[in-house]
Amino acid sequence: MKVLVPVKRCLDYNVKARIASDGKSMDLANVKMSMNPFDEIAVEEAVRLKEAGKVSEIVVVSIGPDKAQETLRTALAVGADRAILVQTDKPTDLGGVEPLAVAKALKALVEKENPDLVIMGKQSIDDDSNQTGQMLSALLGWSQGTFASKVELGDGNVSVTREIDGGLETLKLKLPAIITTDLRLNEPRYAALPNIMKAKKKPLDTLSADDLGVSFEPRLSVVSISEPPKREAGEKVADVDTLIDKLKNEAKVI
Amino acid sequence: MSILVVADIDGKELGPATLNAVTAASQLDGDIHVLTAGDGISAAAEAASKVAGGAKVLKADAGHLCHALAENLAPVVVALASDYSHILFPATTFGKNVAPRVAALLDTQQISDITKVVSASSFERPVYAGNALAVVESTDDKKVITVRATAFDKAAAEGGSASVEDVDAGSDTGLSSFEKAELSESERPELTAADIVISGGRGLGSGENFSLIEKVADKLGAAVGASRAAVDAGYVPNDYQVGQTGKIVAPNLYIAVGISGAIQHLAGMKDSKVIVAINKDEEAPIFQVADYGLVADLFDVLPELDQKL
Ligand SMILES: Cc1cc2nc3c(=O)[nH]c(=O)nc-3n(C[C@H](O)[C@H](O)[C@H](O)COP(=O)(O)OP(=O)(O)OC[C@H]3O[C@@H](n4cnc5c(N)ncnc54)[C@H](O)[C@@H]3O)c2cc1C
Ligand SMILES: Nc1ncnc2c1ncn2[C@@H]1O[C@H](COP(=O)(O)O)[C@@H](O)[C@H]1O
Repeated sequence: MKVLVPVKRCLDYNVKARIASDGKSMDLANVKMSMNPFDEIAVEEAVRLKEAGKVSEIVVVSIGPDKAQETLRTALAVGADRAILVQTDKPTDLGGVEPLAVAKALKALVEKENPDLVIMGKQSIDDDSNQTGQMLSALLGWSQGTFASKVELGDGNVSVTREIDGGLETLKLKLPAIITTDLRLNEPRYAALPNIMKAKKKPLDTLSADDLGVSFEPRLSVVSISEPPKREAGEKVADVDTLIDKLKNEAKVI
Repeated sequence: MSILVVADIDGKELGPATLNAVTAASQLDGDIHVLTAGDGISAAAEAASKVAGGAKVLKADAGHLCHALAENLAPVVVALASDYSHILFPATTFGKNVAPRVAALLDTQQISDITKVVSASSFERPVYAGNALAVVESTDDKKVITVRATAFDKAAAEGGSASVEDVDAGSDTGLSSFEKAELSESERPELTAADIVISGGRGLGSGENFSLIEKVADKLGAAVGASRAAVDAGYVPNDYQVGQTGKIVAPNLYIAVGISGAIQHLAGMKDSKVIVAINKDEEAPIFQVADYGLVADLFDVLPELDQKL
């Protein structure tokens, strides 16, 4: 069985995002970029399935600038077999190529690569869209298991436990399927140094939007980006009695 | 043209975030229709018909729409889409699961998690864990949108008298099926709807210790939430998680106990009216957003609160 894992290069989750001086884009110059954390979980899940002998090949793909090669190499170092970069120099205001366009590029790749399963993140931590997996699933007419905290591969199907607002829900999906990861699915490993060296030799192909017959022209334009209203730090209270008094008589919330 | 709000059906009932989505819809120009889809959902359709501001309720009632399987539900919405300029979903796990499937089938770029309607085609939405508010303008003919509940008041649940009309429920795609659910049962108010929320973090140290939080919650009539670290450690179930990638809450009072205040957590609660932080580390970033901070050991503070409230 073959698995495709889309991985996105994002602002590192530890870095506080800054708005560029034009007030219409994000300042991403000279800041640390990393693999979207949910995609690390997706790569890890694919690698575990391979280690369990259920998956034979893992192809990772990223849509983004040349630098996204680093993200792909990270995935290769963790255990993916092969990488594809869909290269684009389109400047991005928010968080990269829009989900619908990414989904269309991924659909074209799925049609070339014929994976049985696509495992991807539930959400990019930059644009916070939470769309691409569901969109890809729709375009392919496949089943979808979003926000997965447990994945069990069966014969021609996959059982996915999903984190939903009310708790957990388990669905059985017909293969081929799209799965999007939630935080509890697994704990991603770090790449070991020898594997980082080995990953440099693994194949990485580069394609363009034209090669796939898709367009990365955005449908949404950014009118403005502003900072949310700042919250001021309030006061420190000395003890529980003062706290209760303040909540009752000053803030009047209890 | 009219506006379609796709109701979140919570079991068989009308999910409360639907009411916030109706308010967002009311800021657009057009009649509001509410789609209730599910299995045996007459009561939910009835409830939707009473929501103030709705002109019509569409009901798609069929066995294969049980559990809101996205593969079966999306085509029902798509089949109705030609009548609507905007299709709104609440940004619950239901809406997040189904809306993008609808958007892709309609070839439109969805606008997720809106916090403001700026015009019929432009909307405000938080990005980068709420560190930036972007106003985006859509060039698509049809807008597919998910609505952040905390940014819009709830429409009145009573007062409307919309007609209920049956619509085509489509057919079972057979792509997915429901196996089981393990839902959290609680007598406490629902996290995203509560006036007071008290959340615990890694500082609680164990699931048993969460009972200290629960006791105070019960005194205050509060809902209980948690940080990611507390959920990952298994202290509480996943649906307690507040934050960028969990639930967004904005109660009158939010009490963070043993939570450091990572940006991902702040993204889910910093629009609360009053924030209290209880943490033994006076440098914890949570104090930068707290109206009242108490630097103390939570194992002293929680029992004392329980006793004195
Ligand atoms: C992709 C991604 C998504 C994420 N999404 C979310 C999200 O949605 N929600 C979320 O919350 N986090 C999220 N996180 C995690 C986030 O980055 C933090 O790791 C997490 O919020 C930390 O939880 P915490 O504050 O409970 O733990 P810690 O950061 O470990 O803080 C524990 C705090 O407890 C205090 N403490 C310890 N003992 C006591 C005591 N006895 N009395 C008083 N205080 C005490 C400590 O001083 C410390 O400040 C996400 C991270 C990633 C990478
Ligand atoms: N540019 C991209 N390249 C590769 N994968 C992507 C890209 N954008 C989004 N994805 C995938 O889609 C998931 C959800 O992203 P989003 O819909 O943007 O929140 C991510 O976790 C990735 O797995």
